[in-house]
Amino acid sequence: MEDTVTQNKIEKWLSENTYHHSEFWDLKKMVERKEEQNLTISLCLPTLNEENTIGKEVVLFKSELMSRYPLLDEIAVVDSGSDDRTREVAASFGADVYLANEILPELETKKGKGENLWKAIYQLKGDIIVYVDADIKNIHPRFAYGLIAPLIYRPEVQYVKAFYDRPLAVSNEVRPSGGGRVTEILIRPLFSLFFPELTAIIQPLSGEYAVRRNVLEEIPFPIGYGVETSHLIDVYSKYGLDAFAQTDLDQRVHRNQTTRALGRMAFGLLQTFINRAKSLGIVKEMAEYNTILRQFQVQKEDYQQVEYEIEEHERPPMIEIEEYRKKFQVET
Amino acid sequence: MKTSTAVDYTFEEILDWLPELEANLEEVGEIIIANLIMLGEIPAPTFHEERRVNFLTDRFSEIGLLNSSTDEVGNGVGILEGENDDDNILIVAHADTPFSENVDHTLSVEQKYIRGPGVADNSLGLAAVASLPSIFEFLDITLKKNLILMGATRSLGRGNLEGLRFFLDNNELPISAGLSVEGAQLGRLSHVSIGMLRGEITCTIPEEYDWSRFGDASAILTINEVINKINDIPLPKRPRTSIVLGSIEGGTTYNTIATNASLRFEIRSESSDMVEEIGHRMEEFVAEISSKTGDEINLDIFARREPGGIKFSHPLARKTRFIMEELNVQPRLSPSTSELAAFIDKNIPAITLGITRGDNIRELDENILIEPIYKGLTQLIGTILAIDGGYCDTEQD
Repeated sequence: MEDTVTQNKIEKWLSENTYHHSEFWDLKKMVERKEEQNLTISLCLPTLNEENTIGKEVVLFKSELMSRYPLLDEIAVVDSGSDDRTREVAASFGADVYLANEILPELETKKGKGENLWKAIYQLKGDIIVYVDADIKNIHPRFAYGLIAPLIYRPEVQYVKAFYDRPLAVSNEVRPSGGGRVTEILIRPLFSLFFPELTAIIQPLSGEYAVRRNVLEEIPFPIGYGVETSHLIDVYSKYGLDAFAQTDLDQRVHRNQTTRALGRMAFGLLQTFINRAKSLGIVKEMAEYNTILRQFQVQKEDYQQVEYEIEEHERPPMIEIEEYRKKFQVET
Repeated sequence: MKTSTAVDYTFEEILDWLPELEANLEEVGEIIIANLIMLGEIPAPTFHEERRVNFLTDRFSEIGLLNSSTDEVGNGVGILEGENDDDNILIVAHADTPFSENVDHTLSVEQKYIRGPGVADNSLGLAAVASLPSIFEFLDITLKKNLILMGATRSLGRGNLEGLRFFLDNNELPISAGLSVEGAQLGRLSHVSIGMLRGEITCTIPEEYDWSRFGDASAILTINEVINKINDIPLPKRPRTSIVLGSIEGGTTYNTIATNASLRFEIRSESSDMVEEIGHRMEEFVAEISSKTGDEINLDIFARREPGGIKFSHPLARKTRFIMEELNVQPRLSPSTSELAAFIDKNIPAITLGITRGDNIRELDENILIEPIYKGLTQLIGTILAIDGGYCDTEQD
């Protein structure tokens, strides 16, 4: 019975809340609707050593979505401390560039993509923040407007997630659709076990999403691998599946990660998941877990351990930070 | 010199304004770079330019150009209206590139360079054409003449300038001058076209292995014989003449005799008689080698250009030189076999200009320098203003 309810719920959500970016080609109309609602929108590009791709992202978004169609009110690069020329390149093409460590400097220093995303909530001014990874080779304005559009057209939508599903040839045959290796091997099975409705999100780990500030400021941020997973669980727990939408942005060309790197990612994600499962009371009385991941390498006949200390630190909801409440005049 | 209505300004005023114009263009540099990325990442091999041209005409429609459309051969055209609609300047960039759909067309943008296949030839030229309406709007300039902006299809290789030729044959608008825009090289000023004949020699040998011809039955050897014959053709110093052996293909692997081979070439000369004479000689020795070897050899001539063009002293060439010199760009006068030839056939005064400096043209790692783009665009706009002001007409002299 419950299965049918979930199935129907997912089916309804897929038909009503899943978009293709081409539905939002009319940028002029989108800008008009944005202005009617008096919304401000910020684009955040979190970076760590992305000098090869950041310039292209900045120049394209700036030209198309600020100058030609004023959809974005600011484009900000929040950098983890790149030792290449990421910040210089981004600034030369006209982005506002921030070092994550210099935002809210009185807080303890932490380093990770989630940290950059979290600090962007304080630093940027938008009512909507759209996050786009900085390593996308085939960047296009759709990576931002495809995610912003459902928030502009549907006030009840709070969080829009990207997915990428461009088949090389379309026929009437059924074809599989889904995420990458970590999604299909780890996240979707976990969601199926504990949050079956969230399986409707085709690529839960995609790094591109647009979110309303009032939602962002109320959720905690793991600073490492787990930020996307925790967002989904937290927003779902608070607002339900209908707060989400997802947009197909066609193909995304980016660096491929090795299986070992994905192993480390999965390790971090599992920690986040267990933490959420514990706090929501889904899993009870679980022993403390280890934070060292062991992978192995061999030299001649000597098998060697390679240890990675991976601990998913978490930032509290931004609304709990006093400086934030002052800056945005949030009443306590 | 800002105006929302077309005004008469002297050529000297145009020259004086160029440095300010160049500085202004740097402010809107992102427009052309964004257009370059979006156009350049759409594959557009010759005869398959549709998607790239659609993007171009969408750009024209977005900014409100009149008659933004494509024609029967796929050219993308938009008209930026001037105040007097009785005269037109045609700005054209070829939309096709030599790269197939299968090549990764991703462009990478560095601080000083943009890299990727086709970025110079001719994605940047096309991006310049696509960006002109926005740039004129930004500069608040209205022209007297109409500006016909065009992405021409079927230009390269076997395309043989079909797009531009079709447009010039079939449109009814009077065109007083043509500007052909190429991404590279800045400083290029082509005002004459040389005689040209472009073709491909293909050789096919029978599939059966012939033991009596052990060791020499190979299409590659036959093509080699053809190349030897080409090298024996004496080339005169005057009129200047050359034969370009552009590409060669043949065979499949180490240990299988090549049954197919082909050679692509271009004969170029200041004299059309010389081009024709060399063409005849090729026909003769191809027939001779074919009868000697028993191989099937085909000579396919698919593109021709007649020499011609405007004189060095023509006001269009001269005023453009002055504009370049004002911008400290050293004009390099080089004959062209590109779009210029189609204008020449129609007796329309025309030149070809380059926008920036580039390297590895037509290679996968083709690249351009960003910074000179602004100078290249300034030169283009200065030339358009000079034509618009009537300073490039022969009657003025």
